[in-house]
Amino acid sequence: MSAAETLASSVRADAPPAISLKGVNKWFGALHVLRDVNLDVAMGERVVVCGPSGSGKSTLIRCINRLEEHQEGQIIVDGIELSNDLRSLDAIRREVGMVFQSFNLFPHLTILENCTLAPIWVRKMPKKEAEELAMEYLTRVRIPEQANKYPGQLSGGQQQRVAIARALCMKPKIMLFDEPTSALDPEMIKEVLDTMIMLAETGMTMICVTHEMGFARTVADRVIFMDRGEIVESGEPQSLFNNPQTERLQTFLSQILRGH
Amino acid sequence: MSDITAGTTLHSSSAARSAPVNLVGPMAWARANLFANWWSTAITLALGYLFIRFAVSFVDWAFINAIWSVPVSPQGVANTEACREAKGVGACWAVITEKHRFILFGTYPYDEHWRPLLVCFLFVGLYIVSAMRRFWRWELALIWVAVLTAIGVLMWGGVFGLTYVPQERWGGLPITLILATFGLAFAFPLAILVALGRRSSLPAIKALCVLYVELIRGVPLISLLFMASVMFPLFLPEGMNIDKLLRAQIAIILFAGAYLAEVVRAGLQALPKGQYEAADALGLSYWKKTGLIILPQALRLVIPPLVNTFIGFFKDTSLVLIIGIFDLLTAGKTAIIEPSWQGFGVEVYIALGLIYFIFCYAMSKYSAGLETELNKGRRR
Repeated sequence: MSAAETLASSVRADAPPAISLKGVNKWFGALHVLRDVNLDVAMGERVVVCGPSGSGKSTLIRCINRLEEHQEGQIIVDGIELSNDLRSLDAIRREVGMVFQSFNLFPHLTILENCTLAPIWVRKMPKKEAEELAMEYLTRVRIPEQANKYPGQLSGGQQQRVAIARALCMKPKIMLFDEPTSALDPEMIKEVLDTMIMLAETGMTMICVTHEMGFARTVADRVIFMDRGEIVESGEPQSLFNNPQTERLQTFLSQILRGH
Repeated sequence: MSDITAGTTLHSSSAARSAPVNLVGPMAWARANLFANWWSTAITLALGYLFIRFAVSFVDWAFINAIWSVPVSPQGVANTEACREAKGVGACWAVITEKHRFILFGTYPYDEHWRPLLVCFLFVGLYIVSAMRRFWRWELALIWVAVLTAIGVLMWGGVFGLTYVPQERWGGLPITLILATFGLAFAFPLAILVALGRRSSLPAIKALCVLYVELIRGVPLISLLFMASVMFPLFLPEGMNIDKLLRAQIAIILFAGAYLAEVVRAGLQALPKGQYEAADALGLSYWKKTGLIILPQALRLVIPPLVNTFIGFFKDTSLVLIIGIFDLLTAGKTAIIEPSWQGFGVEVYIALGLIYFIFCYAMSKYSAGLETELNKGRRR
C-alpha cells in the first residue's frame, strides 16, 4: 500500500455529524481513562484512532455504542443522545456496527446464522430475505462458500471477515473497529484490511482503532492520536505522521516504526 | 534399513505406515497393560482370581441355585419353605415373581393396575420423544402438557368411566417417575431464572436469588420434606388441605432448583465476555441475547454436571419414604413386611436397584451422546 493511492474522501461536512462527543469523561474506579474528549465525526468520514496501549482508544469507541458507560459529558450518535433510556440505546445499536479484536462470532451458530440472527430478531426481517442479504455480504467479503460451516472451522482472517459481514447485515450507518487485526497472524492481516478498504470505498462512516499505519494513510480522512485518555493530536494522516507536533506522538511513531 | 536420508526427512511425503504389529491388537494391549512386569503380572493374576471367584459364586446364587416361584395357598399366602432352605445358597426370586405388582404399583387397586402401567409407558415415551433433537420445537411443550394431563387422568380417574383412585392409594414406580419428572421439569426453568437473577444488575433481584439458593442449599432435603409434610399444613386455613404428594413435589422442585441454578450459573460464567458484548453490539435485547446466544452455549457447557444433578435427584426422590409417600423404594420395603416374605430384602433391593440403574444409566448414556453430537464440527 503506498501513500499515493489514498481513497477519495466521501465526507459530507454539511450534514449534522454522525457522532459527536462533548467533554466526555470516564473513570474505571479511580483511574481516569477518558479526559475531556471532544470529537465530531462527519457522515462518511473515516477516522483512525491510534495510541499506545492503555491510552483509552478502545474505551472511547466502546463508549460510542455504550459497551462502556461514560460518566460525564455528552455522546450523540446519529442525532440520538446516549443515556440510560433503553429505547434510545437499542436505536443506536441498530445503526452502529462493531467489529472486535477477538471476532466474537457465535460458535454455536453457522456462519450464515451468525449473519442472519440480528436482522431476523432485531430488524424483524423475513428469514429468506435475511439469508439473501447475508449471502450478498458474505460474497462481498469473499467467503460465501463457508456459509454453512461453524466459526471454529474457519481461520482467524476468515472469522474476522465474517464478523464484518455480520455487522454489515444490520445495514449500519456507522462502523466501529476495535483493533480488528491485532489478534491475527501476519498473513491474514491483509485480507481483513482489504475488506475494510473495500468498505471504506462505499462511503461508510468508520472509526477504527488500529496500529496499521499503512491502512491509516490509505483510508483515513483523519487520524487521532490518543495518550493517557486524551486526544493529543488529530489531523490528516500525511501531516500527522510526517510532521508530528508533540513529543508524545514522536515517541509513539518512532516506537511503532521500529517495530515494523 | 531405511533409505531415507536425514536431508530429505524435512519435506518427506512418505506414505503413512501402519503401526508395528507388536503395538496393536488385544495381545499387545494385554502385554502393555496387564503383564508389563512381574509386579503387574502378579496383581493381574490376583485380581483375576478374585473376580472369577466372585463371579462364579454370584452366578451360582443368582441363577443356578435360584428359586423362581413358590406354591401359593388359595388364601393367597405363599409357602416360602423352599426359599428359606436355600437361603444363602440360592436367590429367592419368587419374591419378585409374587410381589412385583405390589412393588411397581403399591396399593393401587389391583384390577386397575393397567392404568399406572400405561402411565409408566407414557413417561418413558415422553422421555424418548424429548430426547430426540428433531422434536426440539415449541410443539414439544404441547406434547408435555398433553401427556402429563393424560397421566393425571389415568392416575386419578373419575372421568371417562375410570373409577376414582385417591392419591393416598398411588404408589410404586409411577410415584417415583411423577416426582422426578415434574420435579426436574419445573426445577430446570426455575434454575435458569435464578441463575440469570444471580447475575442481574438489579440488586433486589440478585439478593432474592442469592437468598433462595443459599437458604435452600443450606438445609437437608429431608428437613424440607418434613417441613412440607408436617409444618406447612399448620399454616393453612382450617379445612384447606393441599395434597401431600403435591407438597413433597414442591419441596423437591425448590431443592433441585437451587442446585441446578448453581450449575447453570457456572455455565453462564464460563462464557467469554465477548459473546455478551457481540450480542449487545448487534442490538439484541436482554431476553433475545439470553435465549439465542448465552443459554444455548452455557447449557451445552454444563451438560455433564447438569445430568449429574438430574441423576442425583432421580434417586433422591426415594427420600419421600420418610414422610410416608409410597414411591418405588417404599413399595419394595413394604412388600417384604408380610411374614412369609420377611428376610428376602436382598432380592427385592437388587431388583429395585436394577430399575433405578436402568433409568440413570439411560440418562448418562444419553448425555454423553448429546455432548458429542452438539460439539460435532465445533471447536470447544
